[in-house]
Amino acid sequence: MSAYGADFLKEVEARVEEGEWVKMCMQCGVCAGSCPFGDHWEHSPQKIFMMIRAGKREQVLSSESMWMCTSCYNCVVRCPRELPITQIMHGLATYAERLGLAPKMQPTRRFSLVFWNNCTRTGRVNELKLVMQVYFRNGLMSGLKEMWNMRRVALGLLLAKRINPFELFLPHKCKDRKGIQAMLTKAYQIEDRKRGFSR
Amino acid sequence: MTKEYAFYPGCSSQLRGSASNYLTSVNSMCETLDIKMTPIPDWNCCGASISYAGSGELARHVMNARNFALAETHLPGQDLVATCAACWLGARETREKLDASSQLMAETNEALKQAGLQYQAKAQVRHMVEVLIEDVGYEAIAKPVVKPLEGVKFAGYVGCQTNRPFGIAGESFENPMYLDKMVETVGGEALTQYEQKVSCCGGALAFSEPEKSQKQIKQIVESAYDHGADVIVTPCPLCQANVEIYQSEINRRHGTKLNMPVAYYSQLLAVAYGATPKQAGLDGHVIQPKKLQDIAVKVVPLKA
Repeated sequence: MSAYGADFLKEVEARVEEGEWVKMCMQCGVCAGSCPFGDHWEHSPQKIFMMIRAGKREQVLSSESMWMCTSCYNCVVRCPRELPITQIMHGLATYAERLGLAPKMQPTRRFSLVFWNNCTRTGRVNELKLVMQVYFRNGLMSGLKEMWNMRRVALGLLLAKRINPFELFLPHKCKDRKGIQAMLTKAYQIEDRKRGFSR
Repeated sequence: MTKEYAFYPGCSSQLRGSASNYLTSVNSMCETLDIKMTPIPDWNCCGASISYAGSGELARHVMNARNFALAETHLPGQDLVATCAACWLGARETREKLDASSQLMAETNEALKQAGLQYQAKAQVRHMVEVLIEDVGYEAIAKPVVKPLEGVKFAGYVGCQTNRPFGIAGESFENPMYLDKMVETVGGEALTQYEQKVSCCGGALAFSEPEKSQKQIKQIVESAYDHGADVIVTPCPLCQANVEIYQSEINRRHGTKLNMPVAYYSQLLAVAYGATPKQAGLDGHVIQPKKLQDIAVKVVPLKA
């Protein structure tokens, strides 16, 4: 056995989307240097891959770092080992969320969850509701403050007919919402069974 | 001959959505080029890149596969074409994942059965830009031009998801040239040295991490100014929205005076083909693309 326990690596390989790629990282650091938000990550993807191999489970899964991914795929196309780094970051973040270890107040975590609930409710994104859900996430007062700050942007979009106040009451939606809910429920069940989760 | 496609417009392109003027201009452009885009009946959201924490893996693929199945059923034999970068990326990722894994394919169909659908891996997933370049071709794009965009300088901002990880065939990830070529094809001046061409605007994190994203956007716009651009042009609805609408916020925070219009490639083509400002979606901007509007209202003398 190596000095490091491989338990966490094995866990990642089994339960994280694209997790089987982690061991392929050769620690070159191109991902860290290619990330538009690289300055804001506590641990770059390169470091996260090494931390996984070093068994630093808590530190990885409670990290804010993966939530900094903008899905720009720059690291993916540059990685000399062709690791799907973007998807691994999303996979790790999702896994942390599933275990309840993700940082609760992380803004992108919250946005991600809000977005999925928003778009699956009717089958289509309700943009206005999405914005409201984001602004009012910390309560009424801070929401009003954020709206006030963003009033120029909102007015501009309203004048350009790119937001619709009626979207709150008469949203765009799919006809077969029932079918969509049923197929999603099934998909959750299959994935939970496969990866050994309970939802 | 009319080219026909199963159209996946995506959520932001819906009526009064944040990219509704993109759709308007695409419709106008396609009419001129004799391209028939039939929306996939009852299409749904792809989940975009940002919904991962809620969706997990399979549910995301199932959402995309539903659109494929609907396209196969109602528009058999037609390629699925997306105009939105995230829709295209999400759909194409699902398509490739399911092609590569019979297990994922079986699981997807097990879920789809709940909605009475089945995916048969027939529909190809393509971007509107691919249709223009590969099916129409630059020569045929140039043909219907009645108002060349002469004297207008464009910074071609390709952004991320139309470019990575899949990109357009034959183009490089670091310096794709198709957008510049398209600008030149309709008579505009392409600023080929624009170095923010494939930078990230922050994407969905413009909402959740506004300051970090606006730092990116500031560079994207300032570089366009440095190169003498009149307009930034992009193929991505989220790039368009982020880069255009947050300029006022950046000005408020940094005391800058950014006021750079951001247009879609489809608007350039539509205007060059003689569309009115409304047909080209030029009435849908927060920062007015004055030079394009001027060309769009200009009357061209009839050819003898």
